Amino acid sequence: MPRPMTISEKILARAAGKKYVAPGEMILARLDLCLGNDITAPLAIKEFYGNGGKQVFDRKRVALIHDHFTPNKDIKSAQQTKLLREFAHEQKLKYYWDQGECGIEHALLPEQGVVVPGDLIIGADSHTCTYGALGAFATGVGSTDLAAAMLTGRAWFRVPPSIKLIFRGKMPRDVTAKDLILLAIARLGVDGANYRALEFTGPVISGLSMAGRFTMSNMAIEAGGKAGLVVPDAVTKKYSLGRAQRKPRYYASDADAVYEKVEEFDVSRLEPLVAKPHLPSNVEPVSRLKNIVLDQAVIGSCTNGRIEDLREAAKLLKGKKVSSRVRTIIFPATPTIWKQALKEGLMEVFTSAGCIISPPTCGPCLGGHMGVLAEGERAVATTNRNFVGRMGHTKSEVYLASPGVAAASAIKGRLAHPQEVRGSKWKQGVKK
Amino acid sequence: MKFQGKTYKFGDNVNTDEIIPARYLNTSDPQELAAHVMEDADPGFPGLVKPGDIVLAGRNFGCGSSREHAPLALKTAGVACIVAASFARIFYRNAFNIGLPILECPDAASETQAGQKIAIDAGQGIIKNLTTGKTYQVDPIPPFMQELVAAGGLMEYVKRNLTAKF
Repeated sequence: MPRPMTISEKILARAAGKKYVAPGEMILARLDLCLGNDITAPLAIKEFYGNGGKQVFDRKRVALIHDHFTPNKDIKSAQQTKLLREFAHEQKLKYYWDQGECGIEHALLPEQGVVVPGDLIIGADSHTCTYGALGAFATGVGSTDLAAAMLTGRAWFRVPPSIKLIFRGKMPRDVTAKDLILLAIARLGVDGANYRALEFTGPVISGLSMAGRFTMSNMAIEAGGKAGLVVPDAVTKKYSLGRAQRKPRYYASDADAVYEKVEEFDVSRLEPLVAKPHLPSNVEPVSRLKNIVLDQAVIGSCTNGRIEDLREAAKLLKGKKVSSRVRTIIFPATPTIWKQALKEGLMEVFTSAGCIISPPTCGPCLGGHMGVLAEGERAVATTNRNFVGRMGHTKSEVYLASPGVAAASAIKGRLAHPQEVRGSKWKQGVKK
Repeated sequence: MKFQGKTYKFGDNVNTDEIIPARYLNTSDPQELAAHVMEDADPGFPGLVKPGDIVLAGRNFGCGSSREHAPLALKTAGVACIVAASFARIFYRNAFNIGLPILECPDAASETQAGQKIAIDAGQGIIKNLTTGKTYQVDPIPPFMQELVAAGGLMEYVKRNLTAKF
């Protein structure tokens, strides 16, 4: 029966070859892309071969990205990467990057135009939901789903109900997309969107850059969300122009589409937020957490490792030094971002401030390598999770925040509001 | 599918970093993963869990990453079934895809104590606490998921249905 649909329902209906789908319906759908990384793809490759797989369904619709334990952390992870590399070459995959071309999957694929608006995508990585920012339906799955997808080009889905999140008001200075999504997660709870698709709308979202939208969609999973979409607009179209490797399909939700729930947020009085250990929903304004002394600051990741994020951090770090107690690690998400940061002089700012600059890798975010925490240590991070042991020892702590808060905190040696360091370079911070 | 076993109990929001920490994800060998299963939530668990045991948990079990290593480590360690108040979506999907049955039952998950014996009839959706005698009726597993489990997981299902274009 004809029914109004949300953007999520329209994409799923199209991919299932149906006119309409409704929440709760089980569908088998044709995928526009499937992807995996050096942790999840090895299992998928073993299952692919183990079940008689010879050729992937379409060499242009399978992307493999080694980003978690690369540059190879140890012998075992080197073996995993090798497995990916050999598979990618054998299958002649179009979307495989090696050497200095590889970056963090959820920044790299949009940047290279491999994921495009209107796509249905599964990725064997929970932050696959990032691509929702482009108006694609993208969701995280496991290795077996990836194996089946590589074999058949299809996946099963239960059509999720949608939750609409409307953001209104005027964004105060220092408040960023990271704060908006932390605010939403705090309200929804870490399982508030479980089995559901989020849709970010409202004038504040319209005013966000693609970078900001990626940050928000990226963390939909931290509220349990199956996906987190933004309906494409002029910003999306401009981003896709000359970049999209396939023809974008711009879907919009019908005006009378049905939502399970609508939540409204007024951001006008919002302050920069921090998610305290050990849940992303454990959110408090940074101004109430200024006594939290830090050992490490981590700026980067699929959440906040784009050039806009690095600029935000560099603005505060320029001409200053990070605290001698705080190991400050900058990890740009892709080689293109890395080079752009170099070109803009940001790398000079970071190195002069005493930061460590890492190659693109997921390493520190998941306590993999390149910045693991010891017992009792605390980090502020622009990443997406602060679970027990996420960044290292089970008795270490992670505070999630925006790049501005992370940079200000690195300078102060404790959680700090960007205001506290801005324009004060003659009074504090610079010690010779 | 019927199971009977001793229970281990965990709280709300047990995430995949606790089920199998990232430091062990440089391998996908099921036995190696099983040797560290749940150790960040309960360091004693890998040494104690026996084939046929049942894990109880609160809300949102398996939240966080998409790593299939989490249900795989639990299954390989011998866990026969997980009963939780609710599961995070990707974990739920992964468990069925690898043929590990899991059930959502808030009452059974909260009222059953660690160490008690329970019997589960997944087909009928019945959980019985053998220590207290209390019986719980669970929501039936959706028909498609039953097909997956009956086939022995997604790959078997796909193989059988490949000709039908899955």
